[in-house]
Amino acid sequence: MAAPGFLSETPDDPELAAARAEPLRAPPSRGQWILGAVIGVCLLAYPLVFDQPYQQHVLIMIFIYALMAQGWNVLAGYCGQISLGQAVFFGIGAYSAAFLFSNFQISPWLGMAVGVVVSMVVALLIGIPTFRLKGHYFAIATLVIGEIAQTVFINWEYVGGATGIWIPIEWDAPWFAFQFHDSKLPYYYIGLGFLALACLCVYWLERSRTGLYFRAIREEPEAASSLGTDVTRYKLIAIMVSAAFTSVAGSLFTQYILVIDPETVFPLILSILVVLMTMMGGVGTLWGPIIGTAVLFPLSEMTRIYFGGSGGAEDLMIYGALILLISVFYPRGLIGLVHKVMGRGSHA
Amino acid sequence: MLDVAGLEVAYGDYQVIWDVSLHVAAGEIVSVLGPNGAGKSTVLNTISGLCRPKAGRITFKGERIDGLPPYEIVGRRLAHIMERRRVFPYLTVRQNLWLGGYNPSARKERAQTLDFVFELFPRLEERESQLAHSLSGGEQQMLALGRGLMARPELLLVDEPLLGLAPAVAADMMRILRQINETGVSILFIEQNVQTALSIADRGYVLEGGHLVLDGTAEELLASADVKRIFLGG
Repeated sequence: MAAPGFLSETPDDPELAAARAEPLRAPPSRGQWILGAVIGVCLLAYPLVFDQPYQQHVLIMIFIYALMAQGWNVLAGYCGQISLGQAVFFGIGAYSAAFLFSNFQISPWLGMAVGVVVSMVVALLIGIPTFRLKGHYFAIATLVIGEIAQTVFINWEYVGGATGIWIPIEWDAPWFAFQFHDSKLPYYYIGLGFLALACLCVYWLERSRTGLYFRAIREEPEAASSLGTDVTRYKLIAIMVSAAFTSVAGSLFTQYILVIDPETVFPLILSILVVLMTMMGGVGTLWGPIIGTAVLFPLSEMTRIYFGGSGGAEDLMIYGALILLISVFYPRGLIGLVHKVMGRGSHA
Repeated sequence: MLDVAGLEVAYGDYQVIWDVSLHVAAGEIVSVLGPNGAGKSTVLNTISGLCRPKAGRITFKGERIDGLPPYEIVGRRLAHIMERRRVFPYLTVRQNLWLGGYNPSARKERAQTLDFVFELFPRLEERESQLAHSLSGGEQQMLALGRGLMARPELLLVDEPLLGLAPAVAADMMRILRQINETGVSILFIEQNVQTALSIADRGYVLEGGHLVLDGTAEELLASADVKRIFLGG
Protein backbone atom coordinates (compact mmCIF):
# COMPACT_ATOMS: atom_id res chain seq x y z
CA MET A 1 0.00 0.00 0.00
CA ALA A 2 1.12 3.56 -0.67
CA ALA A 3 2.38 5.47 2.32
CA PRO A 4 -0.50 7.39 3.87
CA GLY A 5 -0.35 11.10 3.18
CA PHE A 6 0.64 12.25 6.59
CA LEU A 7 3.21 9.51 6.94
CA SER A 8 5.18 10.75 3.97
CA GLU A 9 5.42 14.42 4.79
CA THR A 10 8.41 15.15 6.99
CA PRO A 11 8.83 18.84 7.71
CA ASP A 12 12.24 18.78 9.31
CA ASP A 13 11.97 21.98 11.25
CA PRO A 14 14.11 22.05 14.40
CA GLU A 15 12.09 24.90 15.88
CA LEU A 16 8.95 22.89 15.46
CA ALA A 17 10.58 19.90 17.07
CA ALA A 18 11.60 22.03 20.06
CA ALA A 19 8.11 23.43 20.40
CA ARG A 20 6.82 19.88 20.46
CA ALA A 21 9.27 18.82 23.12
CA GLU A 22 8.31 16.02 25.42
CA PRO A 23 5.29 16.97 27.48
CA LEU A 24 6.79 15.92 30.77
CA ARG A 25 7.20 18.18 33.73
CA ALA A 26 8.78 21.58 33.61
CA PRO A 27 12.05 21.89 35.52
CA PRO A 28 11.63 23.28 39.03
CA SER A 29 11.18 27.02 39.26
CA ARG A 30 13.65 29.25 41.06
CA GLY A 31 11.39 29.46 44.09
CA GLN A 32 11.30 25.67 44.29
CA TRP A 33 15.08 25.45 44.06
CA ILE A 34 15.44 27.94 46.91
CA LEU A 35 12.85 26.15 49.03
CA GLY A 36 14.56 22.82 48.39
CA ALA A 37 17.95 24.24 49.31
CA VAL A 38 16.61 25.75 52.53
CA ILE A 39 14.99 22.46 53.55
CA GLY A 40 18.19 20.59 52.70
CA VAL A 41 20.36 22.90 54.81
CA CYS A 42 17.89 22.71 57.70
CA LEU A 43 17.94 18.91 57.61
CA LEU A 44 21.73 18.81 57.47
CA ALA A 45 22.01 21.23 60.40
CA TYR A 46 19.20 19.76 62.51
CA PRO A 47 21.18 17.17 64.51
CA LEU A 48 23.87 19.75 65.24
CA VAL A 49 21.30 22.07 66.77
CA PHE A 50 19.08 19.46 68.39
CA ASP A 51 21.61 17.19 70.02
CA GLN A 52 19.35 15.23 72.37
CA PRO A 53 19.22 11.55 71.35
CA TYR A 54 15.44 11.55 71.32
CA GLN A 55 15.22 14.57 69.03
CA GLN A 56 17.50 12.80 66.59
CA HIS A 57 15.74 9.47 67.01
CA VAL A 58 12.45 10.92 65.75
CA LEU A 59 14.05 12.19 62.57
CA ILE A 60 15.93 8.94 61.95
CA MET A 61 12.70 6.98 62.24
CA ILE A 62 10.98 9.46 59.92
CA PHE A 63 13.71 8.90 57.33
CA ILE A 64 13.29 5.13 57.52
CA TYR A 65 9.50 5.24 57.30
CA ALA A 66 9.55 7.89 54.59
CA LEU A 67 11.91 5.76 52.53
CA MET A 68 9.48 2.89 52.83
CA ALA A 69 6.52 5.17 52.08
CA GLN A 70 8.30 6.46 49.00
CA GLY A 71 8.70 2.84 47.91
CA TRP A 72 4.98 2.25 48.24
CA ASN A 73 4.37 5.52 46.44
CA VAL A 74 6.26 4.35 43.35
CA LEU A 75 4.21 1.18 43.08
CA ALA A 76 0.81 2.41 44.22
CA GLY A 77 0.92 6.16 43.81
CA TYR A 78 2.44 6.29 40.36
CA CYS A 79 1.71 2.86 38.90
CA GLY A 80 -1.62 2.32 40.66
CA GLN A 81 -0.89 -1.14 42.09
CA ILE A 82 -2.07 -1.10 45.69
CA SER A 83 0.25 -3.34 47.70
CA LEU A 84 -0.62 -4.23 51.28
CA GLY A 85 2.43 -6.44 51.69
CA GLN A 86 5.34 -4.01 51.70
CA ALA A 87 6.51 -5.51 55.00
CA VAL A 88 7.76 -8.50 52.99
CA PHE A 89 10.50 -6.37 51.44
CA PHE A 90 11.18 -4.53 54.69
CA GLY A 91 11.65 -7.87 56.43
CA ILE A 92 13.90 -9.25 53.72
CA GLY A 93 16.11 -6.17 53.96
CA ALA A 94 16.19 -6.44 57.74
CA TYR A 95 17.00 -10.15 57.79
CA SER A 96 19.61 -9.97 55.04
CA ALA A 97 21.68 -7.44 56.95
CA ALA A 98 21.22 -9.11 60.34
CA PHE A 99 21.63 -12.73 59.29
CA LEU A 100 24.72 -12.32 57.12
CA PHE A 101 26.49 -10.28 59.78
CA SER A 102 25.65 -12.41 62.80
CA ASN A 103 26.35 -15.73 61.08
CA PHE A 104 29.08 -14.99 58.58
CA GLN A 105 30.51 -11.63 59.73
CA ILE A 106 29.60 -10.14 56.38
CA SER A 107 29.37 -6.36 56.54
CA PRO A 108 25.75 -5.18 56.77
CA TRP A 109 26.49 -2.83 53.88
CA LEU A 110 26.90 -5.90 51.72
CA GLY A 111 23.94 -7.45 53.52
CA MET A 112 21.89 -4.43 52.52
CA ALA A 113 22.89 -4.90 48.89
CA VAL A 114 22.04 -8.61 49.08
CA GLY A 115 18.69 -7.64 50.61
CA VAL A 116 17.97 -5.32 47.69
CA VAL A 117 18.75 -8.06 45.18
CA VAL A 118 16.72 -10.69 47.04
CA SER A 119 13.81 -8.27 47.47
CA MET A 120 13.81 -7.46 43.78
CA VAL A 121 13.81 -11.15 42.88
CA VAL A 122 11.00 -11.81 45.35
CA ALA A 123 9.15 -8.80 43.88
CA LEU A 124 9.40 -10.43 40.46
CA LEU A 125 8.16 -13.75 41.83
CA ILE A 126 5.24 -11.97 43.50
CA GLY A 127 4.54 -9.73 40.54
CA ILE A 128 4.47 -12.25 37.74
CA PRO A 129 1.46 -14.19 39.06
CA THR A 130 -0.31 -11.40 40.98
CA PHE A 131 -0.23 -8.77 38.25
CA ARG A 132 -2.68 -10.95 36.39
CA LEU A 133 -5.10 -9.82 39.09
CA LYS A 134 -6.75 -6.44 38.95
CA GLY A 135 -7.49 -3.78 41.53
CA HIS A 136 -8.63 -5.10 44.87
CA TYR A 137 -7.56 -8.63 44.09
CA PHE A 138 -3.95 -7.56 43.76
CA ALA A 139 -4.20 -5.76 47.11
CA ILE A 140 -5.66 -8.86 48.77
CA ALA A 141 -3.01 -11.11 47.25
CA THR A 142 -0.20 -8.93 48.60
CA LEU A 143 -1.87 -8.83 52.01
CA VAL A 144 -1.88 -12.61 52.11
CA ILE A 145 1.71 -12.85 50.90
CA GLY A 146 2.74 -10.52 53.73
CA GLU A 147 1.11 -12.78 56.28
CA ILE A 148 2.69 -15.87 54.75
CA ALA A 149 6.13 -14.25 54.90
CA GLN A 150 5.73 -13.54 58.59
CA THR A 151 4.61 -17.10 59.32
CA VAL A 152 7.51 -18.52 57.34
CA PHE A 153 10.05 -16.48 59.29
CA ILE A 154 8.45 -17.32 62.65
CA ASN A 155 8.92 -21.00 61.87
CA TRP A 156 12.26 -20.82 60.12
CA GLU A 157 14.69 -21.86 62.86
CA TYR A 158 17.78 -21.37 60.69
CA VAL A 159 17.23 -17.60 60.77
CA GLY A 160 16.26 -17.48 64.42
CA GLY A 161 12.62 -18.49 64.31
CA ALA A 162 10.25 -16.53 66.49
CA THR A 163 13.02 -15.06 68.64
CA GLY A 164 14.68 -13.44 65.67
CA ILE A 165 18.27 -12.24 65.57
CA TRP A 166 20.33 -10.34 68.11
CA ILE A 167 23.07 -8.64 66.21
CA PRO A 168 26.48 -9.08 67.89
CA ILE A 169 27.75 -5.78 69.22
CA GLU A 170 30.90 -4.63 67.52
CA TRP A 171 32.86 -1.76 69.05
CA ASP A 172 36.00 -1.59 66.97
CA ALA A 173 34.90 -1.28 63.38
CA PRO A 174 31.76 0.86 63.34
CA TRP A 175 31.71 1.48 59.61
CA PHE A 176 32.34 -2.15 58.70
CA ALA A 177 29.73 -3.36 61.19
CA PHE A 178 27.35 -0.50 60.43
CA GLN A 179 26.90 0.06 64.17
CA PHE A 180 27.41 3.39 65.86
CA HIS A 181 27.24 3.35 69.62
CA ASP A 182 28.65 6.75 70.50
CA SER A 183 26.43 8.97 68.46
CA LYS A 184 23.30 8.87 66.38
CA LEU A 185 24.77 11.22 63.82
CA PRO A 186 25.95 8.51 61.38
CA TYR A 187 22.47 6.92 61.41
CA TYR A 188 20.95 10.33 60.85
CA TYR A 189 23.06 11.20 57.84
CA ILE A 190 22.96 7.72 56.31
CA GLY A 191 19.16 7.67 56.63
CA LEU A 192 18.88 11.15 55.18
CA GLY A 193 21.21 10.17 52.34
CA PHE A 194 19.19 7.13 51.32
CA LEU A 195 15.93 9.07 51.54
CA ALA A 196 17.40 11.83 49.37
CA LEU A 197 18.55 9.21 46.86
CA ALA A 198 15.05 7.70 46.73
CA CYS A 199 13.55 11.15 46.22
CA LEU A 200 15.96 11.82 43.38
CA CYS A 201 14.84 8.57 41.75
CA VAL A 202 11.20 9.62 42.04
CA TYR A 203 12.05 13.11 40.78
CA TRP A 204 13.62 11.52 37.73
CA LEU A 205 10.71 9.11 37.39
CA GLU A 206 8.22 12.00 37.28
CA ARG A 207 10.06 13.38 34.27
CA SER A 208 10.71 10.14 32.45
CA ARG A 209 8.85 8.13 29.89
CA THR A 210 8.74 5.28 32.40
CA GLY A 211 6.89 7.57 34.82
CA LEU A 212 4.39 8.50 32.12
CA TYR A 213 3.80 4.81 31.41
CA PHE A 214 3.29 4.19 35.13
CA ARG A 215 0.60 6.86 35.32
CA ALA A 216 -1.05 5.63 32.14
CA ILE A 217 -1.20 2.13 33.64
CA ARG A 218 -2.64 3.57 36.85
CA GLU A 219 -5.40 5.41 35.02
CA GLU A 220 -6.40 3.14 32.13
CA PRO A 221 -4.43 -0.09 31.97
CA GLU A 222 -6.25 -1.44 28.93
CA ALA A 223 -5.85 1.77 26.99
CA ALA A 224 -2.18 1.87 27.93
CA SER A 225 -1.85 -1.66 26.62
CA SER A 226 -3.69 -0.91 23.39
CA LEU A 227 -1.40 2.08 22.80
CA GLY A 228 1.64 -0.11 22.89
CA THR A 229 2.75 -0.16 26.52
CA ASP A 230 4.03 -3.50 27.76
CA VAL A 231 1.89 -3.18 30.89
CA THR A 232 3.20 -6.21 32.75
CA ARG A 233 6.79 -5.20 32.18
CA TYR A 234 6.27 -1.71 33.61
CA LYS A 235 4.32 -3.04 36.59
CA LEU A 236 7.24 -5.36 37.30
CA ILE A 237 9.67 -2.45 37.09
CA ALA A 238 7.50 -0.53 39.55
CA ILE A 239 7.32 -3.34 42.09
CA MET A 240 11.07 -3.97 41.84
CA VAL A 241 11.94 -0.33 42.47
CA SER A 242 9.45 -0.28 45.31
CA ALA A 243 10.96 -3.44 46.80
CA ALA A 244 14.47 -2.00 46.59
CA PHE A 245 13.55 1.19 48.52
CA THR A 246 11.66 -0.79 51.12
CA SER A 247 14.43 -3.32 51.56
CA VAL A 248 17.01 -0.60 52.19
CA ALA A 249 14.65 0.86 54.80
CA GLY A 250 14.52 -2.58 56.44
CA SER A 251 18.31 -2.89 56.57
CA LEU A 252 18.67 0.63 58.00
CA PHE A 253 16.09 -0.19 60.64
CA THR A 254 17.95 -3.35 61.63
CA GLN A 255 21.28 -1.61 61.98
CA TYR A 256 19.66 1.10 64.04
CA ILE A 257 17.72 -1.18 66.42
CA LEU A 258 20.20 -4.10 66.35
CA VAL A 259 17.61 -6.70 67.25
CA ILE A 260 14.91 -7.99 64.97
CA ASP A 261 12.25 -10.65 65.01
CA PRO A 262 9.40 -11.49 62.64
CA GLU A 263 6.89 -9.60 64.77
CA THR A 264 8.83 -6.35 64.35
CA VAL A 265 9.83 -6.47 60.71
CA PHE A 266 7.00 -8.42 59.02
CA PRO A 267 3.86 -7.11 60.71
CA LEU A 268 0.76 -6.25 58.73
CA ILE A 269 0.49 -2.97 60.58
CA LEU A 270 3.76 -1.85 59.01
CA SER A 271 2.37 -2.45 55.53
CA ILE A 272 -0.74 -0.50 56.49
CA LEU A 273 1.19 2.36 58.10
CA VAL A 274 3.15 3.20 54.97
CA VAL A 275 -0.12 3.28 53.05
CA LEU A 276 -1.65 5.67 55.57
CA MET A 277 1.42 7.87 55.66
CA THR A 278 1.56 8.20 51.90
CA MET A 279 -2.16 8.75 51.53
CA MET A 280 -2.10 11.39 54.20
CA GLY A 281 0.72 13.27 52.52
CA GLY A 282 -0.42 12.85 48.94
CA VAL A 283 -0.39 9.75 46.77
CA GLY A 284 1.53 9.91 43.52
CA THR A 285 3.48 13.04 44.44
CA LEU A 286 7.17 13.41 45.18
CA TRP A 287 6.76 15.04 48.58
CA GLY A 288 3.55 13.34 49.74
CA PRO A 289 5.15 10.33 51.46
CA ILE A 290 7.63 12.56 53.28
CA ILE A 291 5.07 15.09 54.45
CA GLY A 292 2.74 12.30 55.56
CA THR A 293 5.46 10.50 57.51
CA ALA A 294 6.73 13.73 59.04
CA VAL A 295 3.25 14.42 60.38
CA LEU A 296 2.14 10.93 61.38
CA PHE A 297 5.26 9.52 62.99
CA PRO A 298 5.77 12.29 65.58
CA LEU A 299 2.04 12.24 66.18
CA SER A 300 2.11 8.56 66.99
CA GLU A 301 5.09 9.07 69.29
CA MET A 302 3.32 11.90 71.10
CA THR A 303 0.12 9.95 71.58
CA ARG A 304 2.16 7.06 72.89
CA ILE A 305 3.81 9.35 75.42
CA TYR A 306 0.55 11.00 76.31
CA PHE A 307 -1.53 7.86 76.63
CA GLY A 308 1.33 5.67 77.78
CA GLY A 309 2.56 2.64 75.89
CA SER A 310 -0.43 0.59 76.98
CA GLY A 311 -0.61 -1.16 73.64
CA GLY A 312 -4.00 0.39 73.06
CA ALA A 313 -4.47 1.75 69.59
CA GLU A 314 -4.90 5.41 70.57
CA ASP A 315 -2.37 6.54 67.99
CA LEU A 316 -4.21 4.65 65.28
CA MET A 317 -7.51 6.20 66.35
CA ILE A 318 -5.98 9.63 65.96
CA TYR A 319 -4.52 8.59 62.59
CA GLY A 320 -7.94 7.49 61.50
CA ALA A 321 -9.59 10.75 62.54
CA LEU A 322 -6.88 12.80 60.85
CA ILE A 323 -7.05 10.86 57.62
CA LEU A 324 -10.80 11.28 57.61
CA LEU A 325 -10.42 15.04 57.99
CA ILE A 326 -7.70 15.28 55.37
CA SER A 327 -9.61 13.21 52.84
CA VAL A 328 -12.70 15.37 53.29
CA PHE A 329 -10.91 18.71 53.02
CA TYR A 330 -7.84 17.83 50.99
CA PRO A 331 -8.62 14.69 49.00
CA ARG A 332 -5.18 14.77 47.46
CA GLY A 333 -3.51 14.76 50.85
CA LEU A 334 -1.57 17.35 52.81
CA ILE A 335 0.32 18.20 49.64
CA GLY A 336 -2.91 19.91 48.52
CA LEU A 337 -2.66 22.16 51.57
CA VAL A 338 1.00 22.84 50.86
CA HIS A 339 0.22 23.86 47.29
CA LYS A 340 -2.56 26.07 48.50
CA VAL A 341 -0.28 27.82 50.98
CA MET A 342 2.39 28.22 48.33
CA GLY A 343 -0.24 29.64 46.04
CA ARG A 344 -0.10 27.34 43.07
CA GLY A 345 -2.55 24.86 41.70
CA SER A 346 -1.83 21.22 42.35
CA HIS A 347 -1.10 19.20 39.27
CA ALA A 348 -1.36 15.55 38.47
CA MET B 1 -4.41 -5.48 4.33
CA LEU B 2 -6.28 -7.10 7.22
CA ASP B 3 -7.59 -10.63 6.90
CA VAL B 4 -9.53 -12.38 9.60
CA ALA B 5 -10.41 -16.00 8.89
CA GLY B 6 -12.51 -18.39 10.95
CA LEU B 7 -12.14 -16.38 14.16
CA GLU B 8 -13.47 -17.99 17.34
CA VAL B 9 -13.18 -16.27 20.71
CA ALA B 10 -14.19 -17.50 24.14
CA TYR B 11 -14.06 -15.94 27.60
CA GLY B 12 -13.17 -19.01 29.63
CA ASP B 13 -15.65 -21.67 28.60
CA TYR B 14 -18.11 -19.14 27.29
CA GLN B 15 -17.75 -18.77 23.56
CA VAL B 16 -18.83 -15.42 22.15
CA ILE B 17 -17.52 -15.42 18.57
CA TRP B 18 -18.10 -18.22 16.08
CA ASP B 19 -16.36 -18.48 12.74
CA VAL B 20 -16.08 -14.81 11.88
CA SER B 21 -14.17 -13.90 8.73
CA LEU B 22 -13.68 -10.42 7.41
CA HIS B 23 -11.17 -8.36 5.52
CA VAL B 24 -10.21 -4.75 5.01
CA ALA B 25 -8.43 -3.67 1.85
CA ALA B 26 -5.96 -0.81 1.81
CA GLY B 27 -7.72 2.55 1.79
CA GLU B 28 -11.14 1.19 2.73
CA ILE B 29 -13.55 2.24 5.44
CA VAL B 30 -15.38 -0.81 6.70
CA SER B 31 -18.05 -0.89 9.36
CA VAL B 32 -18.94 -3.66 11.80
CA LEU B 33 -22.63 -3.45 12.58
CA GLY B 34 -24.83 -5.30 14.98
CA PRO B 35 -27.01 -4.96 18.05
CA ASN B 36 -25.67 -4.86 21.61
CA GLY B 37 -23.92 -8.00 22.71
CA ALA B 38 -23.30 -9.20 19.16
CA GLY B 39 -19.57 -9.47 19.81
CA LYS B 40 -18.39 -6.45 17.80
CA SER B 41 -16.01 -5.15 20.45
CA THR B 42 -14.65 -8.62 21.07
CA VAL B 43 -13.73 -8.93 17.40
CA LEU B 44 -11.83 -5.63 17.49
CA ASN B 45 -10.18 -6.47 20.82
CA THR B 46 -9.00 -9.75 19.38
CA ILE B 47 -7.55 -8.12 16.28
CA SER B 48 -5.59 -5.64 18.39
CA GLY B 49 -4.35 -8.38 20.73
CA LEU B 50 -6.28 -7.47 23.89
CA CYS B 51 -8.14 -10.79 23.64
CA ARG B 52 -6.69 -14.06 22.45
CA PRO B 53 -8.54 -16.06 19.84
CA LYS B 54 -9.48 -19.67 20.46
CA ALA B 55 -9.19 -20.47 16.78
CA GLY B 56 -8.74 -18.76 13.46
CA ARG B 57 -6.05 -16.61 11.91
CA ILE B 58 -5.54 -12.90 11.71
CA THR B 59 -3.10 -11.56 9.15
CA PHE B 60 -2.09 -7.96 8.79
CA LYS B 61 -0.02 -6.86 5.80
CA GLY B 62 0.60 -10.49 5.03
CA GLU B 63 1.89 -11.48 8.46
CA ARG B 64 0.06 -13.37 11.17
CA ILE B 65 -0.59 -11.23 14.21
CA ASP B 66 -2.94 -13.41 16.25
CA GLY B 67 -1.36 -14.29 19.57
CA LEU B 68 1.04 -11.33 19.51
CA PRO B 69 0.90 -9.00 22.53
CA PRO B 70 -0.90 -5.70 21.88
CA TYR B 71 2.25 -3.59 22.05
CA GLU B 72 3.76 -5.49 19.14
CA ILE B 73 0.64 -5.17 17.07
CA VAL B 74 0.62 -1.37 17.54
CA GLY B 75 4.22 -1.36 16.41
CA ARG B 76 3.06 -2.84 13.10
CA ARG B 77 0.91 0.25 12.58
CA LEU B 78 -2.42 -1.09 13.61
CA ALA B 79 -3.99 1.19 16.22
CA HIS B 80 -7.10 0.50 18.26
CA ILE B 81 -9.33 3.19 19.73
CA MET B 82 -11.32 1.50 22.42
CA GLU B 83 -14.93 1.97 23.36
CA ARG B 84 -15.66 4.81 25.80
CA ARG B 85 -12.50 6.62 24.74
CA ARG B 86 -10.36 5.56 27.71
CA VAL B 87 -8.36 8.75 27.84
CA PHE B 88 -5.98 9.08 30.80
CA PRO B 89 -8.04 11.48 32.92
CA TYR B 90 -5.29 12.96 35.08
CA LEU B 91 -2.72 13.40 32.36
CA THR B 92 -2.71 16.43 30.11
CA VAL B 93 -3.96 16.34 26.53
CA ARG B 94 -0.38 16.50 25.35
CA GLN B 95 0.76 13.67 27.62
CA ASN B 96 -2.15 11.57 26.40
CA LEU B 97 -1.15 12.15 22.81
CA TRP B 98 2.50 11.51 23.53
CA LEU B 99 1.69 8.14 25.06
CA GLY B 100 0.16 7.13 21.75
CA GLY B 101 3.39 7.80 19.90
CA TYR B 102 5.99 6.07 22.02
CA ASN B 103 6.20 2.75 20.25
CA PRO B 104 9.46 2.42 18.33
CA SER B 105 7.92 2.57 14.87
CA ALA B 106 6.30 5.96 15.52
CA ARG B 107 8.64 7.57 18.03
CA LYS B 108 11.01 9.26 15.62
CA GLU B 109 8.28 11.03 13.69
CA ARG B 110 6.09 11.98 16.59
CA ALA B 111 6.68 15.74 16.34
CA GLN B 112 5.31 15.72 12.79
CA THR B 113 2.52 13.35 13.75
CA LEU B 114 1.52 15.67 16.56
CA ASP B 115 1.33 18.48 14.04
CA PHE B 116 -0.92 16.41 11.84
CA VAL B 117 -3.17 15.57 14.79
CA PHE B 118 -3.42 19.22 15.81
CA GLU B 119 -4.26 20.16 12.26
CA LEU B 120 -7.06 17.62 12.30
CA PHE B 121 -8.23 18.65 15.78
CA PRO B 122 -7.36 22.30 16.39
CA ARG B 123 -9.40 22.08 19.58
CA LEU B 124 -6.84 19.72 21.08
CA GLU B 125 -4.03 22.16 20.45
CA GLU B 126 -5.95 24.88 22.26
CA ARG B 127 -6.30 22.55 25.22
CA GLU B 128 -3.01 20.75 25.14
CA SER B 129 -2.03 21.47 28.73
CA GLN B 130 -5.46 20.76 30.19
CA LEU B 131 -6.14 17.54 32.06
CA ALA B 132 -8.08 15.13 29.88
CA HIS B 133 -10.94 14.67 32.32
CA SER B 134 -11.84 18.35 31.95
CA LEU B 135 -12.62 17.92 28.24
CA SER B 136 -16.13 17.49 26.89
CA GLY B 137 -17.24 14.12 25.57
CA GLY B 138 -16.65 15.12 21.97
CA GLU B 139 -13.20 16.49 22.77
CA GLN B 140 -12.33 13.31 24.62
CA GLN B 141 -13.30 11.30 21.56
CA MET B 142 -11.09 13.56 19.46
CA LEU B 143 -8.29 12.99 21.95
CA ALA B 144 -8.78 9.23 21.78
CA LEU B 145 -8.65 9.37 17.99
CA GLY B 146 -5.65 11.67 18.01
CA ARG B 147 -3.87 9.43 20.50
CA GLY B 148 -4.47 6.46 18.22
CA LEU B 149 -3.16 8.38 15.22
CA MET B 150 0.05 9.15 17.10
CA ALA B 151 1.02 5.52 16.48
CA ARG B 152 1.01 6.35 12.73
CA PRO B 153 -1.39 3.56 11.93
CA GLU B 154 -2.03 2.21 8.48
CA LEU B 155 -5.17 0.60 9.86
CA LEU B 156 -7.27 2.19 12.55
CA LEU B 157 -9.79 0.18 14.56
CA VAL B 158 -12.42 2.43 16.14
CA ASP B 159 -14.96 1.12 18.61
CA GLU B 160 -18.21 3.14 18.66
CA PRO B 161 -16.78 6.57 17.98
CA LEU B 162 -20.20 8.16 18.29
CA LEU B 163 -21.10 6.75 21.69
CA GLY B 164 -22.68 9.44 23.82
CA LEU B 165 -22.08 12.27 21.39
CA ALA B 166 -24.63 14.96 20.50
CA PRO B 167 -25.93 14.58 16.92
CA ALA B 168 -24.05 17.63 15.62
CA VAL B 169 -20.79 16.38 17.16
CA ALA B 170 -21.47 12.90 15.80
CA ALA B 171 -21.77 14.28 12.27
CA ASP B 172 -18.44 16.05 12.79
CA MET B 173 -16.87 12.83 13.95
CA MET B 174 -18.02 10.99 10.82
CA ARG B 175 -16.53 13.75 8.70
CA ILE B 176 -13.25 13.47 10.62
CA LEU B 177 -13.11 9.70 10.14
CA ARG B 178 -13.52 10.21 6.43
CA GLN B 179 -10.82 12.89 6.50
CA ILE B 180 -8.45 10.50 8.27
CA ASN B 181 -9.28 7.88 5.69
CA GLU B 182 -8.48 10.29 2.89
CA THR B 183 -4.92 10.64 4.20
CA GLY B 184 -4.52 6.94 3.41
CA VAL B 185 -5.43 5.27 6.69
CA SER B 186 -7.76 2.30 6.36
CA ILE B 187 -10.50 2.19 8.98
CA LEU B 188 -12.51 -0.60 10.55
CA PHE B 189 -15.11 0.82 12.91
CA ILE B 190 -18.04 -0.28 15.00
CA GLU B 191 -21.31 1.56 14.93
CA GLN B 192 -24.84 0.69 15.94
CA ASN B 193 -26.61 3.16 13.72
CA VAL B 194 -26.75 1.54 10.30
CA GLN B 195 -27.63 4.69 8.37
CA THR B 196 -24.85 6.74 9.93
CA ALA B 197 -22.26 4.01 9.58
CA LEU B 198 -23.04 3.26 5.98
CA SER B 199 -23.04 6.95 5.09
CA ILE B 200 -19.25 6.83 5.19
CA ALA B 201 -18.38 3.13 5.00
CA ASP B 202 -17.52 1.39 1.75
CA ARG B 203 -18.65 -1.96 3.09
CA GLY B 204 -20.15 -3.44 6.20
CA TYR B 205 -20.34 -6.67 8.18
CA VAL B 206 -23.32 -7.48 10.36
CA LEU B 207 -22.78 -9.54 13.50
CA GLU B 208 -25.54 -11.11 15.50
CA GLY B 209 -25.09 -13.33 18.54
CA GLY B 210 -21.42 -13.84 17.74
CA HIS B 211 -22.05 -14.99 14.18
CA LEU B 212 -21.44 -13.12 10.97
CA VAL B 213 -24.87 -12.97 9.40
CA LEU B 214 -24.47 -10.57 6.53
CA ASP B 215 -21.92 -8.62 4.60
CA GLY B 216 -21.89 -6.43 1.56
CA THR B 217 -21.31 -3.00 0.18
CA ALA B 218 -23.00 -0.05 1.81
CA GLU B 219 -25.64 0.06 -0.94
CA GLU B 220 -26.41 -3.64 -0.64
CA LEU B 221 -26.79 -3.48 3.11
CA LEU B 222 -28.95 -0.37 3.04
CA ALA B 223 -31.29 -2.11 0.62
CA SER B 224 -31.31 -5.40 2.49
CA ALA B 225 -34.43 -6.56 4.26
CA ASP B 226 -32.32 -8.70 6.61
CA VAL B 227 -30.68 -5.65 8.09
CA LYS B 228 -34.10 -4.26 8.98
CA ARG B 229 -35.05 -7.59 10.55
CA ILE B 230 -31.88 -7.79 12.65
CA PHE B 231 -32.08 -4.27 13.95
CA LEU B 232 -35.79 -3.78 14.16
CA GLY B 233 -36.95 -7.33 14.84
CA GLY B 234 -39.86 -8.94 12.98
